Parts: sequence; C-alpha cells; structure tokens
Amino acid sequence: MQDLRYARASSVAEAARLLADGGPTARVLAGGTDVIVQARERTRQITLFVDIKGIPEAVDLRAANGEGLTLGAATPCHQIYGDAAVTSSYPALIDAASLIGGTAIQGRASFGGNLCNSSPAADGVPPLIALGASALIAGPGGERRVPVARFTTGPGQNVLEEGEFVVALEVPAPAPASGARFLRFIPRNEMDIAVVNVASSLRFDGGEVVEACVVVGAAAPTALVVEAAGEALVGSPLSEESIAAAAAAARDAVRPIDDMRGSIRQRRHLAGVLTERTLRDAARRARGEEVVSHP
Amino acid sequence: MVAPAKKPYRVVGSRPVRPDGTDKVTGRANYGADIRLPGMLYGRVLRSPHAHARIVRIDAAKALALPGVKAVITQADFPAAEDAITDLGETASNLKWLVDNVLASDRALYHGHAVAALAATDPHVAEDALALIEVEYEELPPVLSVHEAMAEGAPRVHPNMHTVEMLARFSPGPRSEHDIPNAASHLRLEIGDLDQGFAEAEVVIEREYETGTAHQGYIEPHNGTALWNESGELTVWLSTQGPFMMRDQLARVLKLPVSKIRVIPMEIGGGFGGKIPVYMEPMAAVLSKKTGRPVKMIMQRDEVLFGTGPTSATYVRVKLGAKRDGTLTAAEAYLAYEAGAYPGSPVGAGGMCMFSPYSVPNQRADCYDVIVNKPKVSAYRAPGAPAGSFAMESTLDELAEQLDIDPLELRQRNAAVDGTRRIDGAAFQSIGNEAVMRAAAESPHWNSELQGENRGRGIAMGYWGNGGLESSAYATVNRDGTVGLVLGSVDIGGQRAALAMQIAETLGIDYEQVKPIVVDTDSIGFTAVTGGSRTTFATGWAVHEAGLEIRRELEARAARIWEVDASLVHYDDDGVIRGPEDRSFTFREIAGQLHRTGGTVQGKADVMPEGTGPAFACHIVDVEVDPDTAKVEVLRYTAIQDVGTAIHPDYVEGQIQGGAVQGIGMALTEEYVYDDQGRLRNASLLDYRMPTTLDVPQIDTILVEEPNPGHPYGVRGVGEVPIVPPLAAVANAIHQATGVRTRRLPASPRVLLEELLPEE
Ligand SMILES: Cc1cc2nc3c(=O)[nH]c(=O)nc-3n(C[C@H](O)[C@H](O)[C@H](O)COP(=O)(O)OP(=O)(O)OC[C@H]3O[C@@H](n4cnc5c(N)ncnc54)[C@H](O)[C@@H]3O)c2cc1C
Repeated sequence: MQDLRYARASSVAEAARLLADGGPTARVLAGGTDVIVQARERTRQITLFVDIKGIPEAVDLRAANGEGLTLGAATPCHQIYGDAAVTSSYPALIDAASLIGGTAIQGRASFGGNLCNSSPAADGVPPLIALGASALIAGPGGERRVPVARFTTGPGQNVLEEGEFVVALEVPAPAPASGARFLRFIPRNEMDIAVVNVASSLRFDGGEVVEACVVVGAAAPTALVVEAAGEALVGSPLSEESIAAAAAAARDAVRPIDDMRGSIRQRRHLAGVLTERTLRDAARRARGEEVVSHP
Repeated sequence: MVAPAKKPYRVVGSRPVRPDGTDKVTGRANYGADIRLPGMLYGRVLRSPHAHARIVRIDAAKALALPGVKAVITQADFPAAEDAITDLGETASNLKWLVDNVLASDRALYHGHAVAALAATDPHVAEDALALIEVEYEELPPVLSVHEAMAEGAPRVHPNMHTVEMLARFSPGPRSEHDIPNAASHLRLEIGDLDQGFAEAEVVIEREYETGTAHQGYIEPHNGTALWNESGELTVWLSTQGPFMMRDQLARVLKLPVSKIRVIPMEIGGGFGGKIPVYMEPMAAVLSKKTGRPVKMIMQRDEVLFGTGPTSATYVRVKLGAKRDGTLTAAEAYLAYEAGAYPGSPVGAGGMCMFSPYSVPNQRADCYDVIVNKPKVSAYRAPGAPAGSFAMESTLDELAEQLDIDPLELRQRNAAVDGTRRIDGAAFQSIGNEAVMRAAAESPHWNSELQGENRGRGIAMGYWGNGGLESSAYATVNRDGTVGLVLGSVDIGGQRAALAMQIAETLGIDYEQVKPIVVDTDSIGFTAVTGGSRTTFATGWAVHEAGLEIRRELEARAARIWEVDASLVHYDDDGVIRGPEDRSFTFREIAGQLHRTGGTVQGKADVMPEGTGPAFACHIVDVEVDPDTAKVEVLRYTAIQDVGTAIHPDYVEGQIQGGAVQGIGMALTEEYVYDDQGRLRNASLLDYRMPTTLDVPQIDTILVEEPNPGHPYGVRGVGEVPIVPPLAAVANAIHQATGVRTRRLPASPRVLLEELLPEE
C-alpha cells in the first residue's frame, strides 16, 4: 500500500475543487473496492483519495414513479437491491447489483465506481446501457450529461476530464411492455470476473418488438452495443429465428481477446449463448413474468 | 452419517466443542500476524521477475539510503551451504537446494524466486525500498514442462545434476545408467512379472493424463518474526505445521545448534503440507542479526503463490491388462511429476498409491522427479496421490465401459484385501478397502436414480498410507481433578480436542477435565509435523501412554493412602480407583490428595509408533454440464472412507469434506497459469480459482470404522486420503454427462467447451 492522503468532500463543488487541486494522481474514492486494491497493488499511482460518500447527491437513490431512477454514483449495491421500487421496476440492475463480488463487496461497491473504473468486464455497465442510462458529470466547468454507452472509451479510460467526476446515474423510467435482463458467465459461481456478460432489453408493441438493445461486455475494449442484433429483432415478434439471428450478430460483432480468463472462441460462443438467454428472460419480464436474478 | 458400529467408549466418538474454538471465532486467538515486539522492523522480499536468469549484480545502495531502511540481505549473508540431506518428513531435500530456495544464489530459477530481502522501520517504507534495489539479470531459457525438460538436448536447470536411481522411496542410490535431462531421480516400483501379466490379459488399455499445478490454498499467509538476541539465541514466532522441523531447518541454514533456536508456533490458518519448509523465516533471522532488532515478515497473497510450494503438475501414462470378466492381470504406469526448481516431487507416492486399492499380481511404476523452472513443490495433502489415482481410476472407468461391467463392480472384483501385496511388495493387514466399497454399493447415493439431462455420475477409489513418526506429550494432574495436557503437535484440524479426548478416555475422566496446550520447541520433546495424517494416531499414542503412566502412579498413591499393597489397587476404565474392602477414589478425590502423598503426578511419553493403518476412500459424485457453456455443476457428493475409529466424528467429517472440496478444485478450476516465458499469470485468489461455498454442494460422508489394530483406540489417519478420489470421480461423471473423457485437469469451462463444440 502506498502512503497517501484522504479527504472527504461534503458537496459537489468541494469534490470538484479537491480533485482539480490534487491533479492527475487524485482519485475519487467511492466504495473503494477497485481503487483501494489498485493502491495496495500499486497498479495506479495515487496521492490523494477524495471520498464522495459525504455528498448527498452521490449517495442518493430515488425511483419516482414515472420519472425514472436517479442513482447516486456512490450508492452501494446493497442499498440498491434493498429498495423495493428499484427491484420491481429495474430488475436488470438488480441482476448486476446482486452479483458484483459477494455480500461484503456489495456493502460498498457502487455503479459509479464500476463505470468509472472502466473495466471492459464491468458488470454494472451493460445493464445501464441497455436501460438507456446517462451519467451526470460535474467538474470545474459545471455539469454535463453523457450517455453511459459513450462514457467508456477503452480499458481503464473514459470521457472524464481532470477535476470531473460522476455525481449520479440517471435511468429513464421503464416503458410499458418492456423488459431487460443481465447475465454473465464465470467459471465459478461467485467472486469472479465475467468471461463475457450480456444485457438485453426489449420493448413490445402489439406483440412486435419495437425496441431492442443487446450489450455485450468483456468481449471488446469496451462494452459493445450490438446494433445488428437490435436490427434483427425489431419489427417482428420475438421468435426462435430472430433470437438466433441476434445471437449470430453478437458473435459477429465481438472482438474478444485471448487471455487466461477466456479464449477468443469461448468468448465469441458465450456472447451468442448469453444473448439468447437474456433475450428470452427480457421477454418474460416484458410480459410481467417474474425472472429471479440468480435462480 | 455414521454407519452403526458398537461404541464401547465414553468419550471417544462423541462431539464436544473444541478448546480453541471460542478464541478463534472471537478473534482472540493469536496468529503470527498478531506478534508485535518493541523496536520491531518489517521485512520484505524482492522476487525475480524472470523464470530463469543469471543474477549479474545486486546493488542495494539506493534502498539503504532510503530513511527507515535498516538492512538489505542476499544469499551472501547466509553461512555457505554444503550438500547434506535434511529430513523434512514428507519430502527430503539437499541443504544447498534448501538454502538456494530460500534466497537465490547466482541464478533465479523461477518467477517469484526470492533474490534479496530488507528490513525497515515501517511496512510502507519496506515496500517502497524494494523498488530501489537494483538487480541486473541475464535471462536464460526456461524449461516449463516435464516433456520439455526431459527432451534430449533440453537446457539443464542444474548443469551438474545427473539422474539418480532410487533404491526405494526416500533412499537415493547410484547415478542412473540412463541419464535424462532434468530428471533428478528415477524410482522403479515393481512386483510380479509384467510381461506375463500382459500376456495373460484379454484386453489391454493404455491412456495418458495430465494435471496442472495446484496450491494448497491455506488462507493464512506464511509469516515469521525473528529475534536474534545479543547472546546469540534465536527466537522465532511463526505459523507452521512442524515447529521442530522449522527449528531443524533453521539450524542447518543458519549453522546454529538447535539448542540456540526456540521456535514458538502460533495458531495456524491452514497448511495442508505447505507449511513445513522454511521460506522467509531464515531471512527474518539474518535481518534480525544484522540489525539487532526483531524483524517481522508476512507474505502478501501473491508471494504465497509465487514463492511457496504448490503440488506438482504431472504427466501419467497407465496401461492395464484384464480378463474379460474384469480380473486385472497387469498394471503399468509411467509418471513424471514436476519438482519445480529443486528435486523433491512426490512422484514416488503417486506410483505407490495409484494401484493400491486393487489386487494386481503384476505391477510396475516408473517414477521420474523432474526439474522445471517453477516454484519448488511442497507437500500437499496425500502428496502425489491424486494425480496417479486420477489416471488409474479414469482408465478403470473406461475398462469397465469396454467390458460392460458396472464401474463399482469392477473395482470390487479386484479389491485389495488383507494379505494382498502392494506395488512395494508389502502385504496389507487389517484394511477396510472392501468394507468401503461395500458401503459405497449400499449407499443411498449409489442406489439413487440419476435423473435429468446432461447429468452424469462418477465413482473413484483412493488410497493413502498414512504416517507414524515421533511424538511427545506429557500430562499433569491438577489438584482440582483436571489434567493439563502439554503437546508439541500444532492444532490444525481439531487435534487439541482429539488428543484431549483420547487421554480422557484412558483416564476415565470427562473431556472437559482436560486442558490441552500446544507449546514451543524448548518446552517438550521432539514432535514431528502435524501432517501425514499422523497426529491423532501418533500423538494419540503418546497421550494414551502418558495417561497409563498417570494411572499407575495414582494406583501407587491410593495404595499408600490405604496402606495396602499396590497390587491390590486397580485403576478402572471408569476413572475410579478401587482397593480392598470396597475402598475407592474417584479421579477428582485422589487428585485432591496428591500434595499429601508425595506431590504432583505427571505422565509422559515419547513414542515413535509403527502400526499405522492405511486409509481407503470411495467418492461418488453427480454433475451436470451446461452443454452451451461447458460449466460443470457438482450436484451431489458422497465420500465414503475407512476412518479406523472416528475419535471426534465432526472433525473427521470436516477433514473428509475439506479434502473432497480441494480435490474438486483440482478437478474443475484450480491451476497455475504460466505464459511462454514461465511467468506466473494468476498469482491471486481471483484468478487462481478455488471453489467457494457456492460451488460445492454439501459433501455427505459415510464413516466406515475398521479399527486399526496398531493403535489403542483403533485410529487410522483420515486427513489426506479424501483428496485422492475426487479428480477421477469428477472426470468420470463428466464423461457420463457429456461423452467426453477429460484427460487433462482441471476441466475448466474453457477447456471443456473446446471438446463440446464442433471442431473448427
Ligand atoms: C472481491 C471483489 C470482487 C469483485 N467482483 C466484481 C464483480 O463481480 N463484478 C464487477 O463488475 N466488479 C467486481 N469487482 C470490482 C468492484 O467491486 C466494482 O467495479 C465496483 O462496482 C466498484 O465500485 P466502488 O464504489 O468500490 O469503486 P471505487 O473503487 O471507489 O472506484 C473505482 C474507480 O472509479 C473511480 N470513481 C469511483 N467513483 C467515481 C465517480 N463518482 N466519479 C469519478 N470517478 C469515480 C475511482 O477513482 C476508481 O478509479 C470486485 C472487486 C472485488 C475486490
């Protein structure tokens, strides 16, 4: 562990100032489940932690009826899956919140940290993208909003400029007859990094798919929105053929690497498998059926 | 579940709470990491980033210049090592190699090999200083598998090494006439006439298998705090399975008489064979000597994986000959186990154990101990046996399929019984092998129907010989009728309880009356490691004998009080001392009289018992394989084992469950991953995947109790054999579920998927 300073911000402005003053080796501290490990292992040089958990907006959780969800960037997973309104309206987020790490990690880990760490395998990111979420960013230049789909730019890289941080994530209210599902594949049943993960969302109108989004993680430098999968699904009822076509599109779209966590062939294959499985479950949820996060 | 058996005992066989339990669950128990001494420094180790490199130059000037850094050492700070054999119990090693493994001399032989160490006033400074030690390396080509290492013309890791012909396990003979590059030794085990056996066979089957490198995965990292005082005495607080082994290794490495070294064993957070060799303890000692201050060293998790001994990656070829009715006529094996950078793989045990559950008249095993540029292996629960058994038990499964015989039936037809000769020529006595197979055949699991798609059931046997070795114990009778039981055996798996129970049984007193304590090397006689499934057996013998001595002395005291001849007084098994005319003392009563009859009574014993009873196990497992992802889910698991007498059934079952889970890990997910330069890529518990509680079902156990006649309470070792059968049991189940024979473990989803997907 390297020697470093710690500061706790109590407002958005204070955090922005601390970060700007701290320069490139100042880091936001949310749950710390990524960044404390990185500091210990010295994979990232850090001289200052700016703790944002004292900022009310950053630990917020509001799911007002019909108005969408505002999720503080540092709100821990356990609070998210402990909230009845979120569990009933955004089950795909719960799929992720309840499998990141384990119980102890979920007491700290946040979606903001998951997004800003910008790992290609982050489990929180595909469902946020599939649900059309955006990040509310604050910094020296004021506030701006960036869709989560365009937030991460490469492994460990994102659109944040020096002094900027994510205050909250905003997820639109679910449309009627819509559903989403997130699944990942790991060799064990917990405490692992996704070999591949997929989030899919579907919206139906009169039996036809009118909106579809398939997002594949851990199979490209950033989570990948498979446009061709969406195209294969929209405009007809969900069928074995359209599901297979979407899976084929996912397999075609991914650009996986070969490493000790998975081979190229395995990741390509799993992208297809998980696309099919998430689409089936998303459709069930759209029909109002219950699909438990982890059977 | 305990099979019904007559239990003549009062304490043995019950399930009392362990004496160390409360302190462990409340966090009060003291582990090595809890040691804090005045003026203590913190040591760290610099490790080689290369698998094989010449160390050209080490320059510590910048590190020493950092404020807070007190000393830097390299191997040059150790006394020069001469070649000598030092006995480590489960493995043997040459002193020079032992020292070189602690700190590299002129060459680093594996990624993570310790190259230098330093001590500083605080752990952050120590960590910062590591980066300031300059080491110039000249990279050399590494050898990374037994195949590469043994190939003609392969680079030799130890240029002067020549293959030694072993006369028997643990007894090296002359140089072999067939020198093989990097093969440190060859051992041939043989009985009968192999050619004859294959000539008699109606079917012959030959298969090859491999297993990956697996670590014991104990949760507590290695640690040691050393204080070398001004009068030249060394005290070390550490985590070990064998305080006396540690003391003796420290004595050899540091060239100190054992009387100058006191090793204080702290509580231990797991070992499984891995906490027997010295690693940074000698460095802490030398750093303490250099600085005149106590030095504490704790490995980081990645250092545990980089720098301590896992078990061998292996290659095993098996050839079996059988009659059409399944009778085995010949069994042959070729085993090559990775030793790591220095000799000492458990390949001999692999050859010794794999055929032992069976009666085969003609057997041969050729065992090669092979040097590669990887960490030197250490003992790991039944060292060497799981890989050999994986090969044998998988091949038997295939043979059963070919001959259309039920796989358990095939094993029963060939079961080794009392009198059957093992591959080393010794004949079995009083073994529970057939009883284990019978219990498996009658078990609810084996008799249940396996339903559902993509599911399979596998079965496999396992054998382990178990150990004896030296143990000391003494017991003091206190005035209040309690007994202080002093032990040299470190408690890893409930030994305090199991030993207290045995002396309570001997004395006819309650378990709660016994207060066991584990002491340091100055406080008791030499006691070998807690390992080799020996402690409840051998130290059990010692506490029993100490109890008998107390009984004799108490009889004499009672005789004195009653003024009768001692021959008229008898200490009965219910703990009551009876004399003439219905006179009697309970244990408590006589204990209260001791100060008036000559003072305290102690019983003591130093034993080295023969008569260890071998252990047999049969495991049954159901799996489901996801055909789309190739992930294997273990659905149901039953472990059947001859445990002799289960002194404390909870801990016996715990041992069996733990062993089974470790075996499942080796079968499915655990493996060191190296790149082509020999760099270890997964030195973390994220990517070195041990099963979690969500990955294994309840492991059901069936205890078969065939008492070992070589022990007063019938104990046989139980801790090791349960890791032997799981590899083949799981592989056989995967085969039934998918039709795929996994001949290389672990059968990770990545590997198995390749088998399930159509060829590209
Ligand atoms: C044992 C273990 C298991 C894990 N399992 C999983 C898993 O299953 N799936 C998974 O995806 N991840 C997993 N992780 C990684 C980690 O827990 C998650 O990525 C988690 O969501 C990170 O959130 P955090 O709040 O702890 O982030 P932190 O560690 O606090 O921060 C992560 C990074 O983001 C930056 N940051 C945090 N918040 C902000 C913000 N609001 N604005 C700008 N920058 C910010 C930090 O500076 C840091 O660089 C695991 C980690 C551990 C230790």
